[in-house]
Amino acid sequence: MSENVYIAGIGVISAIGSGVNDTLESLEKHQAGIGAITTVDTIHKERLPVGEVKHSNAELAGLTGLPESMSRTALLSMIAAKEAYDDARLNEMARFRIGFVSANTVGGMDKTEDFFSPFLSNPASGGRLRNVVHHECGSVTEVVADQLGVKDFVTTISTACSSSANSIFFGARLIKHEKLDIVIAGGTDALTKFTINGFNTLQILDEQPCTPFDENRRGLNLGEGAGYIVLMSERAVRELGKDCYCSLSGYSNANDAHHQTASSPNGQGSYLAMKNALKQAGLQISDIDYINLHGTGTANNDISEGTAIQRLFDPNYPRMSSTKSFTGHTLGASGGIEAVFAALAIRYGIVYPNLRLTTRMEALPFTPEKNFLKNQQIKHVLSNSFGFGGNCSSLIFSTV
Amino acid sequence: MADLKKQIIAQLNLQHVTPEEITNDQPLFVEGLGLDSIDALELIVLLQQEYNIKLNNAEDGPKVFSSVRSMAEYITANRQA
Amino acid sequence: MKLYIRATGNISPQNTFGQSSLSGDIIEYNTNRLRSIEPDYSKLIDVKLIRRMSRIIKMGVAAGLQCLQEAGVSNPDAIITGTAYGCLEDTGVFLQKMVQNKEEMLTPTAFIQSTHNTIGAQIALLLKCNGYNNTFVHRGFSFESALLDAMMLLEEQEVTNVLVGGVDEITDYSFGITNRFGLFKKKISSNLDLFSTASKGSIAGEGAAFFLLKMQSSDHDYAVLESMHTFYKPADNKEIQDTIQTFLNGLSLSMNDIDIVLCGRNGDVNGDRIYDHLNGTTFDGTSVVHYKHLCGEYPTSTGFALWLASGIVKIGSVPDAIQRSSKKPVKRILIYNHYEMIHHSLMLVSAC
Repeated sequence: MSENVYIAGIGVISAIGSGVNDTLESLEKHQAGIGAITTVDTIHKERLPVGEVKHSNAELAGLTGLPESMSRTALLSMIAAKEAYDDARLNEMARFRIGFVSANTVGGMDKTEDFFSPFLSNPASGGRLRNVVHHECGSVTEVVADQLGVKDFVTTISTACSSSANSIFFGARLIKHEKLDIVIAGGTDALTKFTINGFNTLQILDEQPCTPFDENRRGLNLGEGAGYIVLMSERAVRELGKDCYCSLSGYSNANDAHHQTASSPNGQGSYLAMKNALKQAGLQISDIDYINLHGTGTANNDISEGTAIQRLFDPNYPRMSSTKSFTGHTLGASGGIEAVFAALAIRYGIVYPNLRLTTRMEALPFTPEKNFLKNQQIKHVLSNSFGFGGNCSSLIFSTV
Repeated sequence: MADLKKQIIAQLNLQHVTPEEITNDQPLFVEGLGLDSIDALELIVLLQQEYNIKLNNAEDGPKVFSSVRSMAEYITANRQA
Repeated sequence: MKLYIRATGNISPQNTFGQSSLSGDIIEYNTNRLRSIEPDYSKLIDVKLIRRMSRIIKMGVAAGLQCLQEAGVSNPDAIITGTAYGCLEDTGVFLQKMVQNKEEMLTPTAFIQSTHNTIGAQIALLLKCNGYNNTFVHRGFSFESALLDAMMLLEEQEVTNVLVGGVDEITDYSFGITNRFGLFKKKISSNLDLFSTASKGSIAGEGAAFFLLKMQSSDHDYAVLESMHTFYKPADNKEIQDTIQTFLNGLSLSMNDIDIVLCGRNGDVNGDRIYDHLNGTTFDGTSVVHYKHLCGEYPTSTGFALWLASGIVKIGSVPDAIQRSSKKPVKRILIYNHYEMIHHSLMLVSAC
């Protein structure tokens, strides 16, 4: 088994921008992308703020070369995956074994929703079949793999909000086991009526822009987007001759096994994921310079994650923040988007701000960072992604 | 309350329980029937669907749903035609 | 790296639950839709918890628990699931209510049960298993990706056993839709005639197959899983042949060492051309056995194939119900399947 896995390319699209440069600019200016719903026709339009990508499907299609009738999940995925692909100059690396490991939770549900109403009225012939061709999560992945010309290995992971964190470390292990040399890994999710309504039934949505890790937090804002990183073996990196952003030095996946949707009060799954990631990376808790929190803003997640952090790091806490205060909760894409943020944090010494934080959580002896900081000493970043079904994953990115 | 019990059983898919087995005053949550937070959300929908009552403050939930009797009393007090 | 299949659990359209191999007669279906024969779930799962489980979750949980029971393992080190369609019934229920109630009065249970990782998550929840937990959702590679993840995990030696499974269901909605895509035959007299009708489409199937894999052997193992390989959209038949050859070369084997090929022929005249070609070339001279007339066609059918293969090498011969030309003892099986000519997989299963 080979040793190190490096990040040679990154790509991202979310409510705060299309592409790395736009995104960095928004982060630096404390400019969140949370606003009214415009792309989904739902009765909750006036009430629920979301982190929408500021492009219509027509615009996204124009940028990707995919048809306008394509699922938005695939369109977003294509934009971010292509940016990462180009950033890592993969068109020069055809002689290597390249794989695509993506993740999403909704698949082509945005189109399936359009199909379902006419289908219910007339099952034999109602609804356009082309709207359900890409319903499956894996189908969305293949649209992008085919467009990129990647076929040595393709798969899709779906573990709710930890999906793309899991796809990233599955990709890294494929390289370590020498099955592939390069893996484009990450995830995507688009806003759909299905998820908006689904989360609404759980009563965990905030009717205002969310305030993660605030004592008076009210819930989460849904978001959409895609984030991918290009993982490379040492050999491939040497041949590419490019400076890498960082390495993926640690990763872990644990299950909370407490409840279908709620996290355990003592954050056991989160605690195990973080602890084992550190162990895997051969790092001490004092080595972590910044934690990108899962930080959705729900009453339950933040106290559970916060408690787990307290159990692990007390009394010396690294700086930390939830970037979901900028992008909203992008579900299956969150691990991938936040991996891109971690890579940028290491390259530019950034600590991201946790927006709209006014009152520290009483139960916790620490508080997230409120300001955008640059040129800091950021050698190791811990990124958390915790999902429904108790799926908890933590990734550690380190300087090279 | 007998109807209410049948509705609760149907809404929460409590296949192993008959209406007769649910007593009027037994706790519904944690002990007794052992319901959880998702069941609470389901009961809120039941109130709306069957009785046209919107539970505006979710924090009232534990009190309203503490037993079949407390649910029935809430419904009688807040029922809209 | 070879791994040992220590135990299995399989719910399928045949009498497979609680069975280590196919015995008795094949159940005949006179329709293009095969349904799983389900056990009494209340015998395996606490009744209070069953209420939160839709059909596919019950199938997956029961098959997983059956497997663990057989292995004598109460808490596996890792749980990995593969499902292409996920929890269709709950997805359908939520969508239907969303449309009919115009987004009002929706209930959370169907939504939280619709997420693809619910099967693996429910097993973990039941067992209070904090170990590694992952779910793959990639069409005809869903089960194979789960297997690959399990194989790598065992090789990393962070765990000593992994519970891995492949699950997919058909619902009335999904059958209606996939039927409109022409995936299934319009009419079929019997699943037993699946391979003698030169027409388009196959028959719809479903199932849940779980395995407990270990690196250490024991006296009770079913079989050895020697290797597995997947390949995506091969350019032509030659690439398929070359890939099979490379796969065998990697194991220092040739087709002469293979006792039977268990192949995923599904009765669709177009897709079956690949198998026809291989029968005349790579597989020529080797006994070929089919399985999709037993379980139907679905993205994770290779789970059923692996169960069948494990049972065959455990006993050492092919069950009478699946005809075979020669009665040589079976020690080595090559499983080859393609799903819609896009997802191709190979597995080598051998006797312990």
